[in-house]
Amino acid sequence: MDGFLATPLGIFALTVAKALALLVPVLLGVAYLTWAERKVLAAMQLRQGPAVVGVFGLLQPFADALKMLMKETIVPSGASRFLFMLAPMLTFLLAMIAWAVIPVDDGWAIADINVGILYLFAISSLGVYGIIIAGWASNSRYAFLGALRSAAQMVSYEVSMGFVIVTVIMCVGSQNLTAIVRAQEGLWFVIPLFPMFVIFFISTLAETNRAPFDLPEGESELVAGFFVEYSSMSFALFFLGEYANMMLMSALTTILFLGGWHPPIHAEPFTWIPGFVWFALKICLCLFVFIWVRATFPRYRYDQLMRLGWKVFLPFSLLWLVLTAAVLKLTGWVPA
Amino acid sequence: MAMTLDRAARGLLLAELVGGMWLTLKTFFRPKATINYPHEKGPISPRFKGEHALRRYPNGEERCIACKLCEAICPAQAITIEAEPREDGSRRTTRYDIDMVKCIYCGMCEEACPVDAIVEGPNFEFAAETREELLYDKARLLANGDRWEPEIARRLELDAPYR
Repeated sequence: MDGFLATPLGIFALTVAKALALLVPVLLGVAYLTWAERKVLAAMQLRQGPAVVGVFGLLQPFADALKMLMKETIVPSGASRFLFMLAPMLTFLLAMIAWAVIPVDDGWAIADINVGILYLFAISSLGVYGIIIAGWASNSRYAFLGALRSAAQMVSYEVSMGFVIVTVIMCVGSQNLTAIVRAQEGLWFVIPLFPMFVIFFISTLAETNRAPFDLPEGESELVAGFFVEYSSMSFALFFLGEYANMMLMSALTTILFLGGWHPPIHAEPFTWIPGFVWFALKICLCLFVFIWVRATFPRYRYDQLMRLGWKVFLPFSLLWLVLTAAVLKLTGWVPA
Repeated sequence: MAMTLDRAARGLLLAELVGGMWLTLKTFFRPKATINYPHEKGPISPRFKGEHALRRYPNGEERCIACKLCEAICPAQAITIEAEPREDGSRRTTRYDIDMVKCIYCGMCEEACPVDAIVEGPNFEFAAETREELLYDKARLLANGDRWEPEIARRLELDAPYR
């Protein structure tokens, strides 16, 4: 067995097995995230939510998937066929490959690379291509407007997100995600860097096009934004990609600020629960807040969104970055 | 100055946002306002005006005496009645049709009826796939009466003090 795993084929097989072991739970999580979103939104609006398919509507995601599969894929006339089909695949693919560097537990990352955070940042920035290609290839004004909004929005919020990430990297002294989580063993970064945590979380909302920053798909203005023209599985891929991105951003928040796989207290009852369960619980908590925010706040106007990104978050995160650097230098806490 | 400081602090600490989120969280735990409709049903008043039914006396004789008051009063002219004497000499309908598509469910037929023959029952789930299915004839209305009689009798009794 050891011999086989050392051969190139063995390494390949092992990597595929690892990837499946991560992606299958992620996709299941995405399926149930759609269910949880409908349930939580319903509860916050005094409704019941899906309750007919299975107990508590638990089979609803599968019914939805089946419905999607049986629908007809419609490519609008005048659409660029190749790009039109490429866009949802790209969105879905990018949402999936980012998971390669996420450490689910100590040493449980498929690719434990040293520039993990940079990789994640790069992948999430690439996500905008799926959206802009979809908007352009659809040959529809709503889709195009949605894509334009999305591109501008994601670029704007990535700037302040970058500063937040730099702050965390300064406190850790490494870009390796496992190292970032290990550094939070005693104290989660959410406590010393709380303002940055808030900025980061709000930026992830904007980055994933979630309410109150859901202008790219703003139903009341753009019908469905960049994916108006999509139907069937190509729509489902967008949907899955978007929700997988939400989970990814929650995972990133967990890793950067909420201590990854560490239990809240390193004491008896908490340490019985394995690390990956803590990791999943923290992701669930973040996702609940995502949905909770959606249930609470109305959508931003576009100029307000830009003002918040460039005139509030950018100076604030820059200031906090300098402040953190100064504190680290003056107290001599700079990590080696 | 103090007011400016107060406003700035509220803004920076996201006071309004946190307040809003607190409200939705409280709502999250409140009992639901909706019911599980096809499996659970909401309460219906005894005066509810639903699907029509022709009632019978306990001995099985139909109540309707073909006075045509309902036909006369119907504002939508949805009721069509034809009548002639039966062999035993009593006056009965040979045809009693209600066009449920024309009907506006005002309940005037029920009010006009001197013998409580035509009533609007509690049933509101009689949607059909074709228009023809909603053109009720006498047999259908009598069958409705037989099916809903216990419920209709109970409702008439409950509502009697207010008539």
